[in-house]
Amino acid sequence: MILISEQQLPSIIKRLSHQILETHPGLDNTVIIGLQPRGVFLSDRIVAALHQELPADQVVYGKLDITFYRDDIRRELHVATQTDLPFSIEGKTVILIDDVLFTGRTIRAALDALMSFGRPSKVKLCVLVDRKPSRELPIQPDFSGKEMDTLTPFKVKVRWKENDGVDDVILLDQ
Amino acid sequence: MALSTKHLLGIKDLQTEDIQLILSTATQFKEVLQRPVKKVPTLRDVTIVNLFYENSTRTRISFELAEKRLSADVVNFTVSSSSAAKGETLLDTVNNILSMKVDMVVMRHSASGAPHYLSKHIDAPIINAGDGINEHPTQALLDAFSMQEQLGKIEGLKVAIIGDIMHSRVALSNIYLLKKMGAEVMVSGPPTLIPTYLQEALGIQVEYNIDKALAWCDVANVLRIQLERQNQPLFSSLREYNLAYGISKARLQKLNKEIVIMHPGPINRGVEMDSDVADGQQSIILDQVENGVAVRMACLYLLTGRTNP
Repeated sequence: MILISEQQLPSIIKRLSHQILETHPGLDNTVIIGLQPRGVFLSDRIVAALHQELPADQVVYGKLDITFYRDDIRRELHVATQTDLPFSIEGKTVILIDDVLFTGRTIRAALDALMSFGRPSKVKLCVLVDRKPSRELPIQPDFSGKEMDTLTPFKVKVRWKENDGVDDVILLDQ
Repeated sequence: MALSTKHLLGIKDLQTEDIQLILSTATQFKEVLQRPVKKVPTLRDVTIVNLFYENSTRTRISFELAEKRLSADVVNFTVSSSSAAKGETLLDTVNNILSMKVDMVVMRHSASGAPHYLSKHIDAPIINAGDGINEHPTQALLDAFSMQEQLGKIEGLKVAIIGDIMHSRVALSNIYLLKKMGAEVMVSGPPTLIPTYLQEALGIQVEYNIDKALAWCDVANVLRIQLERQNQPLFSSLREYNLAYGISKARLQKLNKEIVIMHPGPINRGVEMDSDVADGQQSIILDQVENGVAVRMACLYLLTGRTNP
């Protein structure tokens, strides 16, 4: 079942980037950080959209891998990917970007990871799909592409052209 | 994704994919070590014992730092201040430590095969930090990581391992690893320090002329002359060894290329390597030490997945 179609996705990404710009004019003192591995596909698109509105040097963009901060490593081992944060986050507003907000545990780990790079003044969260009823921790997004209001047994799979050959979000049987 | 083994006893037991996974994970840990906060909470509920039945500076500190950077709880055991001096067996010592809820064992022992023996009797993952003249897997992994970092690849590299091959667990682990990763390996040194079976058993080249070996290789991994493991004299004097096989600046200048110089430490300066080479710009000896922490973090992390919560 399709949750977000290929036609809908570009307008959602445009909306998310406009909401970010509206609340953070000119991205002053603001940095964008995509979460590895799959949040980066979304953050790449959002950053591309932001580049159309702002000069390139005003968009500060990095990638964060949170593998070593997870709370489930004795249950399942994850393969670490690259962290690339070539700037200071001290005193900045950080906009974290991930594809699906599910239990909230990834974002909990991301907040921990972020703090080892400095002390941001604020952290905001932007996601493509917010699976609100499945939350296990008190974490909410500031910007979300689509909310799922029901507790479903399905897995949400975000597919990206550069990785999966198609741009959409689908529901898969577990 | 996980390692194919529960223990890290030797490179011999690893698959090529295991080595690649350890090296790529180490790359990520190296980045962690450049951060303002160099510590991650990954192993915060894991307790590790470092069992050192043999002296060590670099390896013990490197493991301990790796464990602490991963937030593990660390217990250090050195044989001189322990009940082993009172005659307790290895297995008894380890079982007593494990009954105090220790999750992992890092072990160095002067007897080849000691960690392999232990692995048959205990459930906790074991990392071999050097056993006798058999293997020193984390050293080979950090050597490979350093070569890859310096030269961009391991496959196809020509690596000469020079010096005391016979008494060196570093040599054996390096040979296994480099062969698995598709490098060409040559050993060089005095015939009395190179086991005769090496060539046939492991499919590597043997070159007794040090200058020819240097001219052939991209990387020279120079080993320490292990006087403490030699029961009979295998060369006439240290001075003569230095003249015949020592890596000197003059030897390197005769080559029409710049090779990478490595050494697992501790260096006998003026014996297997001269100071101006050890401290020269072709040397990556201190990079090896730095990379050791990241590589050991990767090994600890990848084996922890196999411990019971």
